[in-house]
Amino acid sequence: EDTQQQIIRETFHLVSKRDENVCNFLEGGLLIGGSDNKLIYRHYATLYFVFCVDSSESELGILDLIQVRGFFLLYVFVETLDKCFENVCELDLIFHVDKVHNILAEMVMGGMVLETNMNEIVTQIDAQNKLEKSE
Amino acid sequence: MPAPIRLRELIRTIRTARTQAEEREMIQKECAAIRSSFREEDNTYRCRNVAKLLYMHMLGYPAHFGQLECLKLIASQKFTDKRIGYLGAMLLLDERQDVHLLMTNCIKNDLNHSTQYVQGLALCTLGCMGSSEMCRDLAGEVEKLLKTSNSYLRKKAALCAVHVIRKVPELMEMFLPATKNLLNEKNHGVLHTSVVLLTEMCERSPDMLAHFRKVSLVPQLVRILKNLIMSGYSPEHDVSGISDPFLQVRILRLLRILGRNDDDSSEAMNDILAQVATNTETSKNVGNAILYETVLTIMDIKSESGLRVLAINILGRFLLNNDKNIRYVALTSLLKTVQTDHNAVQRHRSTIVDCLKDLDVSIKRRAMELSFALVNGNNVRGMMKELLYFLDSCEPEFKADCASGIFLAAEKYAPSKRWHIDTIMRVLTTAGSYVRDDAVPNLIQLITNSVEMHAYTVQRLYKAILGDYSQQPLVQVASWCIGEYGDLLVSGQCEEEEPIQVTEDEVLDILESVLISNMSASVTRGYALTAIMKLSTRFTCTVNRIKKVVSIYGSSIDVELQQRAVEYNALFKKYDHMRPALLERMPVMEKVTTNGPTEIVQTNGETEPAVLETKPPPSGLQPANQANDLLDLLGGTDITPVIPTAPASKPASAGGELLDLLGDLNLTGSPVPAPAPQIAQPPFLLDGLASQPLFNDIAAGIPSITAYNKNGLKIDFTFERSNTNPSVTVITIQASNSTELDMTDFVFQAAVPKTFQLQLLSPSSSVIPAFNSGTITQVIKVLNPQKQQLRMRIKLTYNHKGSAMQDLAEVNNFPPQSWQ
Repeated sequence: EDTQQQIIRETFHLVSKRDENVCNFLEGGLLIGGSDNKLIYRHYATLYFVFCVDSSESELGILDLIQVRGFFLLYVFVETLDKCFENVCELDLIFHVDKVHNILAEMVMGGMVLETNMNEIVTQIDAQNKLEKSE
Repeated sequence: MPAPIRLRELIRTIRTARTQAEEREMIQKECAAIRSSFREEDNTYRCRNVAKLLYMHMLGYPAHFGQLECLKLIASQKFTDKRIGYLGAMLLLDERQDVHLLMTNCIKNDLNHSTQYVQGLALCTLGCMGSSEMCRDLAGEVEKLLKTSNSYLRKKAALCAVHVIRKVPELMEMFLPATKNLLNEKNHGVLHTSVVLLTEMCERSPDMLAHFRKVSLVPQLVRILKNLIMSGYSPEHDVSGISDPFLQVRILRLLRILGRNDDDSSEAMNDILAQVATNTETSKNVGNAILYETVLTIMDIKSESGLRVLAINILGRFLLNNDKNIRYVALTSLLKTVQTDHNAVQRHRSTIVDCLKDLDVSIKRRAMELSFALVNGNNVRGMMKELLYFLDSCEPEFKADCASGIFLAAEKYAPSKRWHIDTIMRVLTTAGSYVRDDAVPNLIQLITNSVEMHAYTVQRLYKAILGDYSQQPLVQVASWCIGEYGDLLVSGQCEEEEPIQVTEDEVLDILESVLISNMSASVTRGYALTAIMKLSTRFTCTVNRIKKVVSIYGSSIDVELQQRAVEYNALFKKYDHMRPALLERMPVMEKVTTNGPTEIVQTNGETEPAVLETKPPPSGLQPANQANDLLDLLGGTDITPVIPTAPASKPASAGGELLDLLGDLNLTGSPVPAPAPQIAQPPFLLDGLASQPLFNDIAAGIPSITAYNKNGLKIDFTFERSNTNPSVTVITIQASNSTELDMTDFVFQAAVPKTFQLQLLSPSSSVIPAFNSGTITQVIKVLNPQKQQLRMRIKLTYNHKGSAMQDLAEVNNFPPQSWQ
């Protein structure tokens, strides 16, 4: 757990230092596997969404495109959050951590992109929530 | 015991904490409550407690005591419980805990559950953190689900399969049958994850790759991709106007793997790649991502040249994009292809050069590297202007590389001697302190060989250090030149520009300042002292002053200087008769190149004599061979001045002999303080010459061939290989004419197979004189990155005996050493 916290701290440290105009990606700090992994992030109001991407996923080791694709995933993720929570705000995310996890679980699995169709994701989440309520 | 508080309340409570200590206290209190609750084995609230535990875990507090509870939740019948349970398992458990194996049975049951969402949870958990043992046990279940018609489960099963394969590669075969129908799905989620699975399999196993090529995977993928592009707006999958870009990119990647090194597959995807490249909207980032992936695929497979040009043009457009990430990515890709698709990249040269002025450091570096790769004989003047400007204004971390690059390019493509020297001067004066050490001897050699430019060069160098003698490489080169050509300087012989009036004393002033200055490095001082000494034979009125300077340094603290001074002193005193001979003008050195073949300096219309043979220096002193001979005779025997006789052939440069001689001086028995290693000339100069291999075919041993011999016209090929770039072969053709009449308007053309690139330099002339009395030479550069067997088709046209002749021939007898 300590390592996890350290990683989070280091990530936040790296990301919050970044100027607005600089490229929205940077190499992971030492704890996150160094330059094999890249961090892609986007700043929304008070929130930072950070994705850590493994460069070795790409057979040519070209990290560049991952940034571009990473942005879309962020975009889809945020839009989905918005739909599920109805105009999501920071508090929603804080108080419904488990729900956020559930949404993410429908999008990314084992580090790979699972589903990017927003409607599909929302439908599945709704169905599962209904199932919960019915019990 | 009261009901445990809800997660929401806990969060609210924790948020009220004002200090870290307060928060810790709250957490600890709640943890205690949770522990007792767990001990009571209360099913109702277990879910809530674990949820709270997960939250606390996220904040960084230990939560391991909840691991078993997660398992109990997973085993529960309620969906709510399972949801939190599996989430907890994913967050709290991993391979290192033995506990996780207990999950295996639960997951197995849940994989076969009647509710698809439960099955989904199980697949998700297995796919995220399943260990090798778990994967082995459950692979069969995953494989079953891979064949289901439920698209929700199918897509999850596909990614789960990827995880299984990564953990236990031997199981890959097992999933092969299930892949047959994967791509027949309409559901994009399934298609997407299926492509990921297929990609994983192809990457891991060449056998799989071959299998998928055989079962016509490529046409299937092409069809899907086509539908994506051609179908109209689909709100479900649309991202900024493009239909499911994720899937498009994944397919392009898989196509790349399938098409690599495979002609048939590459051909099958040619059209679709062209279509994607031309139809994709570029206004948004989405489109650019797809285009970029397309470019990468085109470059990696065996695409036809038209497609490659299309790809490079896309990269060229990227260079103009506002987003710096895209510009950077484009430059990087262009750098990778500039060798193989040189001409296509040349078309974007001006855009690339503009990137030199970009604000971003990484972009500037890439642009610089790419610019150097693009310099050729035609654009060298313009490019150099831009690069020199860049050198002026760039960050210090670039200056050394940029300077080296400029020197290299100038050496290869200088249109004239004067231009070359001016360029060097410019680099020395703007980035003089960043120039690499090995550049100094190279430059000195270059200057020596530019015989007619000596006066101009020394004048410019003198003017350069007059104001500022802090840049060491500049001062070293300048000192050396002044030492060599000081007589030209004071006699005002410069033709190229307005000669300046300099007296001998002024020259000695500057050299002495260099000697004295604190800024001068020891090496530089050595140069200066030697230069002063050399001037003793070139100057007429100031010899006494020189003698004085030299004797002062005989007691210098710097051992190197002291040694030199003492020996020069000896020259003045005991061996004065030898002094003129010893300090003669340096002969022209044999050209030793650092990179690329020896070639005639690109003339490009300006008349310059080729400097390949050693020529006698202009002041009419002995040529190299005789000087060598002189030194030879003097070395080791009687010290009497010998009139040089027939030249002996010594391959090494004259400087070496000079050193040996001075070393030999000690053998004559007169007391000299220390043995003399290299002192007359700066050591670097000779180190540089000695260590660089002479670049010729004799050294390499590649046999030459007769490529063509018909009707009295014979064409021989001789070969040279580059030491630094093994894909480059340089062929020099010699065309000779054994008939009684000249052949005029001779044009030689050549073509090579697709994998090669050819560059024909200008021929020496267009007339082959009769009776083998002369030849036409022409240089061909062949780039052979794939090391394939060299073949060439040649076409010869010329006029002979009043009629126009033309012939085509194939050259197949290239020796293996020329292309392997």
